[in-house]
Amino acid sequence: MARDLPVRDIAVVAFGQTDHRRTSEELSEVEMLMPVLHDVLAQTGLKTTDIGFTCSGSSDYLAGRAFSFTLALDGVGAWPPISESHVEMDGAWALYEAWTKLLTGDADTALVYSYGKSSPGPLRDVLTRQLDPYYVAPLWPDSVALAALQAQALIDAGDTDEPALAAVAVRSRDVAATNSHAQLQGSVPQGEYVVRPLRTGDCPPIGDGAAAVILAAGERARELCERPAWIRGIDHRIEAHGLGVRDLTDSPSTRLAAEKAGAFERPVDTAELHAPFTSQEVVLRKALKLEGGVRVNPSGGALAANPVMAAGLIRIGEAAARIHRGESDRALAHATSGPCLQQNLVAVLEGDPR
Amino acid sequence: MPEVLKAPLVVEFPFTRSLGPVQSAFLTGLRERIVLGVRTGDGRTLVPPVEYDPVTAEEIRDLVEVAPTGTVTTWAWNHAPRRDQPLDTPFAWALVRLDGADTALLHALDAPGPDAVHTGMRVRVRWAGERTGAITDIACFEPYDGSPAEPTGHTGEFEDPITGIVARARLDYTYSPGRAQTAYINALADRRNVGERCPSCRKVYVPPRGACPTCGVATSEQVEVGPRGTVTTFCIVNIKAKNLDIEVPYVYAHIALDGADLALHGRIGGIPYNQVRMGLRVEPVWTEGGRYPDHYRPTGEPDADYDTYKELV
Ligand SMILES: [Zn+2]
Repeated sequence: MARDLPVRDIAVVAFGQTDHRRTSEELSEVEMLMPVLHDVLAQTGLKTTDIGFTCSGSSDYLAGRAFSFTLALDGVGAWPPISESHVEMDGAWALYEAWTKLLTGDADTALVYSYGKSSPGPLRDVLTRQLDPYYVAPLWPDSVALAALQAQALIDAGDTDEPALAAVAVRSRDVAATNSHAQLQGSVPQGEYVVRPLRTGDCPPIGDGAAAVILAAGERARELCERPAWIRGIDHRIEAHGLGVRDLTDSPSTRLAAEKAGAFERPVDTAELHAPFTSQEVVLRKALKLEGGVRVNPSGGALAANPVMAAGLIRIGEAAARIHRGESDRALAHATSGPCLQQNLVAVLEGDPR
Repeated sequence: MPEVLKAPLVVEFPFTRSLGPVQSAFLTGLRERIVLGVRTGDGRTLVPPVEYDPVTAEEIRDLVEVAPTGTVTTWAWNHAPRRDQPLDTPFAWALVRLDGADTALLHALDAPGPDAVHTGMRVRVRWAGERTGAITDIACFEPYDGSPAEPTGHTGEFEDPITGIVARARLDYTYSPGRAQTAYINALADRRNVGERCPSCRKVYVPPRGACPTCGVATSEQVEVGPRGTVTTFCIVNIKAKNLDIEVPYVYAHIALDGADLALHGRIGGIPYNQVRMGLRVEPVWTEGGRYPDHYRPTGEPDADYDTYKELV
């Protein structure tokens, strides 16, 4: 049976991101974010007052302060009052909310932004606070440890080995050499084990950064962008929180989200995958049935820059920007959240036929 | 530009969490050295147990005891244990499928080194000496050569079940307020109030945050405001704050400093609480060594005309 197509054409018409760095302590969140907001507004010629809906993603646990996102609102001109929402998630999920808002017809344009400053806190420990608070969080298994369990499961299953993981790392940082925003570029030593079997090179850099996109519906999108990146489908799915319930070598939630987003209807030429760890790219390639002809993470992906809460939105933005530039006609973008790819979002973007 | 300010910021929280019937039975069981799972409608046994089937979302309450011995389904060697992790010597994180269970439990595995660990190896629970009804009642797993341990036949009924846990957490941050607020705080140390003017709407914000909330643009031009100001609105506080040596009732007010387009807040002193009013003219009172005004007191000037501050109420 054919999938229900969106009732309205909605496109990514602009994308901007910061240069991602290990620390941006000289800047508050809003100071870090504002140049990115101005960038996407300038790309479209829109003013803040022209935006129909604003949605953001961030996490108080990165900042260590409650309601930290409210201060960032100063950067979007929240007075006089605007139509605004926030998700305590990666900005990819804020984009999903903005997309549904535009689908309702309540707005024709949306500004989506997200940011994360990981530098103030101990990120590996901070991320343990998103785990099951009864059985898991009291043990403080850090984000690298959980990814390492998944990597070992893949190795045991014969899906990969350490040299293959290292090759993912090398390819990601090599292509990131052409991405001026990336935190890690070019040759990066594979290094010692952080948590075996994952080495430094298998892990994402810890850093600060922000990203923003503008969405527009129908003709508005064509006015604002020469070649809009039309969102043909977008879906997100979640798996059981219990790690021991899941098959860590597979990602059925990614596959289902991709199916619902229409990813399998025709081949894509580009895939921007949010795989913070090399081993997660192995899982995602399998779940998404990506063949050799697909350019995977031409931006360098999360292994080159992983500003937590923005890295997923950046995948959608990078995929869209390739369509804007005419380097892709049909691209898949993926975002993840939670331990071992617990939650997954897939968007399919297309440019007009040439 | 001077260096940005930095300070340690410790966030500690002892969340008190109540337990559902299944979680209560499982954690009470650990206290009594009994491991309980829960049986799903299709006959699988989940350990650790949950209250709703992750596949069908059906409520499940059918407790079943499993053995404290099991098999490693995957593992990862942690050569540098972090604070609050189960062991402070190098150990393996492991997912362990206990004998009788169909799913795996995450915990630490105490082994001499990574060469002593492999997927499929047999392990058993090492119980903590003192047990309170928490996942940490399992101190860790340890290698075990024997056959599956026999369950005791426990029903999952306990005389004195625990009904809640306290989930303690501490995270250590280094807080930096960024460029604009650093400049503001540094000026305060010289007993000056310095705001920032928006290049677009020309409004002066204090304390400055580096952005104009109306225009959404960066602010940078520094403007000294005050020291005097006008009370735009206030409230009377009747509850004594912990660790705060101020007699109640006292007045907390919004104060529009002269030259500022945003009111900041501060305590009003030097006047009985029931005589504070909108329009009252005030000035800051600094204490020796204080990095910000201790409070504001009346200047003795006539009250400000409502029209002069009505935009800031
Ligand atoms: Zn302004």
